[in-house]
Amino acid sequence: MSSVTTPTAERAAPAAPPADAAGSRLGALLRVPTLGPLGALLLACLYFSFASDRFLTGGNLSLILQQVMVVGTLAVGQSAIILTAGIDLSNGAVMAFGSIVMTKLAVAGGLPAWLAIAAGIGVCALFGAVNGSLVTLVKLPPFIVTLGTLNIAMALTHITSKEQTVTGLPTVLTKLGDTFPLGQTRVTYGSVLMLVLFAVAWYVLRHTAAGRHLYAVGDNPDAVRLAGVDVRRQLITVYTIAGALYGIAALLLVARTGVGDPQAGQTENLDSITAVVLGGISLFGGRGSIVGALYGALLVGVIRNGLQLTGVDSVYQILITGILVIAAVAVDQFARRRRK
Amino acid sequence: MTAQTTKSSDMPAESGGAAAGQAGQTVQSVEPVLEARGLVKRYGHVTALDGCDLELLPGEILAVIGDNGAGKSSLIKALSGALTPDSGELLLDGKAVRFHGPADARRAGIETVYQDLAVAPALDIASNLFLGREKRRKGVLGTVFRMLDRDRMQSEAAGHMAELKIGIRSMKQAVETLSGGQRQGVAVARSAAFARHVVIMDEPTAALGVKETGMVLDLIRQVRERGLPVVLISHDMPAVFDVADRVHVQRLGRRVAVVRPGEIEMSDAVAIMTGAAPGNLAAG
Repeated sequence: MSSVTTPTAERAAPAAPPADAAGSRLGALLRVPTLGPLGALLLACLYFSFASDRFLTGGNLSLILQQVMVVGTLAVGQSAIILTAGIDLSNGAVMAFGSIVMTKLAVAGGLPAWLAIAAGIGVCALFGAVNGSLVTLVKLPPFIVTLGTLNIAMALTHITSKEQTVTGLPTVLTKLGDTFPLGQTRVTYGSVLMLVLFAVAWYVLRHTAAGRHLYAVGDNPDAVRLAGVDVRRQLITVYTIAGALYGIAALLLVARTGVGDPQAGQTENLDSITAVVLGGISLFGGRGSIVGALYGALLVGVIRNGLQLTGVDSVYQILITGILVIAAVAVDQFARRRRK
Repeated sequence: MTAQTTKSSDMPAESGGAAAGQAGQTVQSVEPVLEARGLVKRYGHVTALDGCDLELLPGEILAVIGDNGAGKSSLIKALSGALTPDSGELLLDGKAVRFHGPADARRAGIETVYQDLAVAPALDIASNLFLGREKRRKGVLGTVFRMLDRDRMQSEAAGHMAELKIGIRSMKQAVETLSGGQRQGVAVARSAAFARHVVIMDEPTAALGVKETGMVLDLIRQVRERGLPVVLISHDMPAVFDVADRVHVQRLGRRVAVVRPGEIEMSDAVAIMTGAAPGNLAAG
């Protein structure tokens, strides 16, 4: 055991100094919202690299990314919606419907693959637009609206697929499941796409007016409206873009599984919310960083993967995730109370 | 009705130049910056504005006082574009204007500071100051990538805050870390920075303690020093009498009096406001 201990201890060392050395900047550092999620992620990685010598290999890390790419992509859209103080329960079901639409159109409909993909993404975006319109124009609570569209999307999935798995897909649909070499390991295109989506979302949220308005809408919608920003248009746009992202998640799902599966997407809505919450984004809106949601998604992936490697029943992954979610929300609540 | 009894003693105060240095007797020598004529607004059976007039002269602080239900809010909403009156007209620099939303009024150069501290607490000061009016980087970064120019917004925000003598060091601070008075300072600085004609302040001291109220009153004076006339709506009579050049008394949806703080006791103004004493204007 001790032979394993030494190298990991060295690896952990560089992470420690900033906190110690910074001194006066410690306070500022502690206010970085993604610090907690990143710390939890690094801690989990540290633990599993002790527990299993197969954990910290390029192949395994690439596998984790691949396992996370679908939920991660959903979490990008979910983050944007939660930042506006909304929530989306429908995204897993919408993704499943999107995946059936694109596979069915390509296989049975005989459409060119790219057109089928576009149609699938378009259908998901349409669902997003419906969610956004009901939330803003009819002023219904996002929780109820998306609970409704969850059921509608699920029903449409079963109706259009006739409960049949769609197989024999053209290769274009599964292209994102292919890998390319990176040093010694092979990386899935889809996981790179997920990372790119996170990067783009981060840029938009942090460096553009639209992104700042999104935060402000979650923080104090009245202030944004009084500042002359069209809040309703902004919200509908957010839900629609989130929907399009679910469409991309649908394509990643198809690429990973190689089929159009009507049973897919039943837990992904809660998984994406879990990732967002673990990432330190406030369920009350307006606070948190989308990078945190990536850490949150990775944290769940790392725990699941690590427990599998160490031969622990996967039920414990669910148990641990549950505890972490409650801890993360408790931290958020505590921070809110302190601000008041 | 109070409106029937016209008291002539204070008549000149209504139309006289309240701008600094103007003699009280000159009639209509100064053109109002903002003028409302015969505004009417009804909500079902309730008449919020019943032929209401208002005149704001250049460089003055005009306080609007009135009991609850006197139509203060409706009047202010009409001036700031949040409400479109059923009839009556608004004149800005002598030209008739019609607002269909707060954005219209803002475009016309009227900025409003709202009662409920209309800031986004989690955003920093600079982001709040430029909310809805963000500045983008020059070149491709700004046009194609729509990247915000944070440095420029921060330095300009610091300039605007300094101009009103608000001592806050970092524009990167989240507004929620500020005191109530400082937050109001951010809201006032935002209006003063972008207003070209008029700043309207709706109960700016309502949520504040004594010391912070004093700070905000100083801010209001600073805005006037910058040459912007201010419409101040407030329940806080001592504050009104401290800072206002003229006081518009609103009652039952109309203007019933215009008084000068130096020429009338606070209690008399309150009496007019509640209807215990007659106003000095005939209602139109």
